[in-house]
Amino acid sequence: MTPQVAIVLALAIPVAGAIGIAACHRAPNLRESVTLAAAAGMFGVVLTLVGPVLEGSRPALFVLEALPGIGIAFRVEPLGMLFALVASALWIVNSIYSIGYMRGNKEQHQTRFYVCFALALACTLGIAFAGNLLTLFLFYEGLTLVTYPLVTHHGDDEARRGGRVYLGVLLTTSIVFLLTAIVATWAVAGTIDFAPGGILGDAGLSNAAIGGLLALYMFGIGKAALMPFHRWLPAAMVAPTPVSALLHAVAVVKAGVFAVVKVIVYVFGPELLAGVRAADWLPVVAGFTILAASVVALRSDNLKRRLAYSTVSQLSYVVLAASLLVPLSIAAAALHIAAHAVGKITLFFAAGAIYTASHKTEVSQLDGIGRRMPWTMAAFAVGALSLIGVPPAAGFLSKWMMFQGAALAHHYVAIAVLAASTLLNAAYFLPIVYAAFFRAPPAGEPAHGEAPVAAVVALMITAAATLALPFFVQVPLALARALAGIGPN
Amino acid sequence: MIRAQLPALLVVVPLLAAPVIVLARRAALAWALALAASWSSFAIAIALFLQVRAAGVVSYAMGSWPPPWGIEYRIDALGAFVLVLVAGMGAVVAPYMRRSAAAEVPGERLYLFYAMYMLCLAGLLGIVATGDAFNLFVFLEIASLSTYVLIALGRDRRSLLAAFQYLIMGTIGATFYVIGVGLLYLMTGTLNIADMAARLPAVTETRPLVAAAAFVTVGISLKLALFPLHFWLPNAYTYAPSAVTAFLAATATKVSVYVLLRYFFTIFGASPAFAEVPFQEALLALSAIAIVTASLVAVYQPDMKRMLAYSSVAQIGYITLGIAMANRAGLTGAIVHLFNHGITKGALFLLLGGVAMRAGRASFDCLAGLGRAMPLTSFGIVIGGLSLIGIPGTAGFVSKWYLVLGAIERGEWWLAVLVVGSSLIAVAYVWRFVEAAYLQPPGPASPRPGEAPLALLVPAWLLVGACVWFGLSTSFNVGGAATAGQLLLGAR
Repeated sequence: MTPQVAIVLALAIPVAGAIGIAACHRAPNLRESVTLAAAAGMFGVVLTLVGPVLEGSRPALFVLEALPGIGIAFRVEPLGMLFALVASALWIVNSIYSIGYMRGNKEQHQTRFYVCFALALACTLGIAFAGNLLTLFLFYEGLTLVTYPLVTHHGDDEARRGGRVYLGVLLTTSIVFLLTAIVATWAVAGTIDFAPGGILGDAGLSNAAIGGLLALYMFGIGKAALMPFHRWLPAAMVAPTPVSALLHAVAVVKAGVFAVVKVIVYVFGPELLAGVRAADWLPVVAGFTILAASVVALRSDNLKRRLAYSTVSQLSYVVLAASLLVPLSIAAAALHIAAHAVGKITLFFAAGAIYTASHKTEVSQLDGIGRRMPWTMAAFAVGALSLIGVPPAAGFLSKWMMFQGAALAHHYVAIAVLAASTLLNAAYFLPIVYAAFFRAPPAGEPAHGEAPVAAVVALMITAAATLALPFFVQVPLALARALAGIGPN
Repeated sequence: MIRAQLPALLVVVPLLAAPVIVLARRAALAWALALAASWSSFAIAIALFLQVRAAGVVSYAMGSWPPPWGIEYRIDALGAFVLVLVAGMGAVVAPYMRRSAAAEVPGERLYLFYAMYMLCLAGLLGIVATGDAFNLFVFLEIASLSTYVLIALGRDRRSLLAAFQYLIMGTIGATFYVIGVGLLYLMTGTLNIADMAARLPAVTETRPLVAAAAFVTVGISLKLALFPLHFWLPNAYTYAPSAVTAFLAATATKVSVYVLLRYFFTIFGASPAFAEVPFQEALLALSAIAIVTASLVAVYQPDMKRMLAYSSVAQIGYITLGIAMANRAGLTGAIVHLFNHGITKGALFLLLGGVAMRAGRASFDCLAGLGRAMPLTSFGIVIGGLSLIGIPGTAGFVSKWYLVLGAIERGEWWLAVLVVGSSLIAVAYVWRFVEAAYLQPPGPASPRPGEAPLALLVPAWLLVGACVWFGLSTSFNVGGAATAGQLLLGAR
């Protein structure tokens, strides 16, 4: 299989899967088999690309000329490779989990759910492999639209309200800011292809113009949830938990920070930004988002809402790390995309398992639940420790590199923010673990066991991956280093 | 032999089809004749487009009287592009009419309906094809008069009032236009557009020219429903038969835009008189107001057909905005949006015609739960709606790209913000449909489950497909628009 064929297949398999799922809507077992087969197939295809990319090749594919001089084109580089790898691997686990969750909760419209899910993954891969800003924008907007039916899945008033905020924020930011930024880039640079070192270096922009354009991009990529455009993410929590787990902890939000890193590295170029004082606001906004979102998470009693604000905060880790502009911090940003993904999906899986088994949604209801759902809560503890950054869990490595990067950049405010947020992370996660295992369950509560086995298996897999990632870190680390231009040591 | 006669045949075929249809009388035969004539016109329009692309300008001397004495038909890159849109829409709507018109127009008047449709098509094609300012007026009247009748044939009695309203406004517009042409004739002694353009720079007495430009601009603006001269449009679109609404929305206002382009760039472009009055600036301001206010009004309409009518006023604002920018990207955006909006609105009104057939009308209480009752129709409306918003991958995005580029190239950021920001209002009105169709349970007024007949669905989905096709593969629409825009800018 040539890399070009692999790129086509990586996008075509989920689309074909969606068609297959729709065709099998009368036979749920067959339908879920199609989902699993598509997920496995896509992961296999993505894997074949890792070798060539690590060897320095950048497989490219030009599909068609959409506007004069601008094509729909793909080009696989290390960051996109890493993102595609994470998203496609977790889709397999998430599909297993979805089966347990959707059946356990007797959800309606399951066919539509799986179809939209497959299409969302196709869009995610389109974003990961996009070779220019237009292609990225095309799939970025596509991802917003295909996830809308998932957010409004329940179809009630709450879902409609959540859907409005979701769509409102994401479309407003992307149409008003991002599209304007892309057109402006085309107008001044004459190209919108991603190129190592950036494309705006020779455009002769003033410092203020660079700062303004950077703002258009950073706030335009609303999926990165930089404050004040973060409200869509908590609003999206009305969706069934598998959606929150894969899409709003991995695919959609990571598409956001992925685009942020991609724009910084391949559109502006770190060197250009490093020389401009007008770009200094970005670490400040990211740092503020990290701390403010952590405080909101601390004060949220609803478990999914707490996780959502934790995600807002963690996304800004990636933005902060990328905005420090030293190679080590850029590599840390890329690695954190993977590390946060496995940790956070575990936490969401656990939240969904708790809801399926006990219909509990609030943190204050979780006293003693670890005794009834030991596997689930053990996995939750692992995910929480990873996000706090305790070794050997996955989150430790990226956080460590971020501290190093911040020190290299002499950005002491960033170090302070990282340290403070680590404490905040501990403050909003550890009480849950403590209550689950060390407090007695309230008396007179109906007994229940673990969630359906498919859900428990899925969350054990991701918890194991969280613990194992540091021992198998060569591939992600190599990709992250390749992105930042650090050679293998 | 016949190749040389194509410019005449383009208009003559539908023009002659009208009396033949009246003689035929039987509804089925009338429809078959209309179908044959509209498809022939489309084929001729495509042939002409190819001729123009190869040869530059196609000129035809009517009755072999050489221009500027005789009437010249003159088709350049812009004309050929608009002809393809108009004739193409005529060809798509004609097969749709058999079922749709049969449901909405009294049976004994069907043959008159088809005859009027043919006259309307002939008039619109004639406006674009002719190179003579007065002949253009004649075709303008042919198209307008037949349009009044077509609107009045709607089944709601309010369609009579709507037609009357349009008749008054349209007549004022045509009168203004002909006064302007009279003044131009007075000053240049010619009615041939190319000849006029060549003689105008030499005219030293500019005051009559300014008056002529003002009369023509206002007259045409009435016909293209430029804010604040748009008041006839919402009623006309709402109460006309579905197929007529789709055809008019996609072609009538677009042909008026063509005339405006002709006068602004080909005729007045080279004249110093035109610079004396800030026409472009006025157009820019009015377009901006049209885009914002008409979009906002659209959000609050209780009837979807009416909502789309107001949306048309706003979308015409985008087209005139691009014209007012008067740079390459802006003009390309205007011309490409003329085409893209034509197919988008055509698709949407055709799909709504299917809803009207199943539910009786298209008010929002009928649309509750439509996603389950009419899945194909609903999904088509969603795609058309995305094209209205300008989501990438649809035709509307391409227009928006060029309009934003035009604004940035002028260095006017507020215009770029206006174009992208107003798309959000489009999100609001399109999502009213999405929420009604997919997130509301069916109400008492909702249609029972069952799709519109294939005769309605196939033409509509053809246009829905075109919305996506021309958003991804843009060599025809952007290529055609860019060539036409360059031609116009070269003329001034």
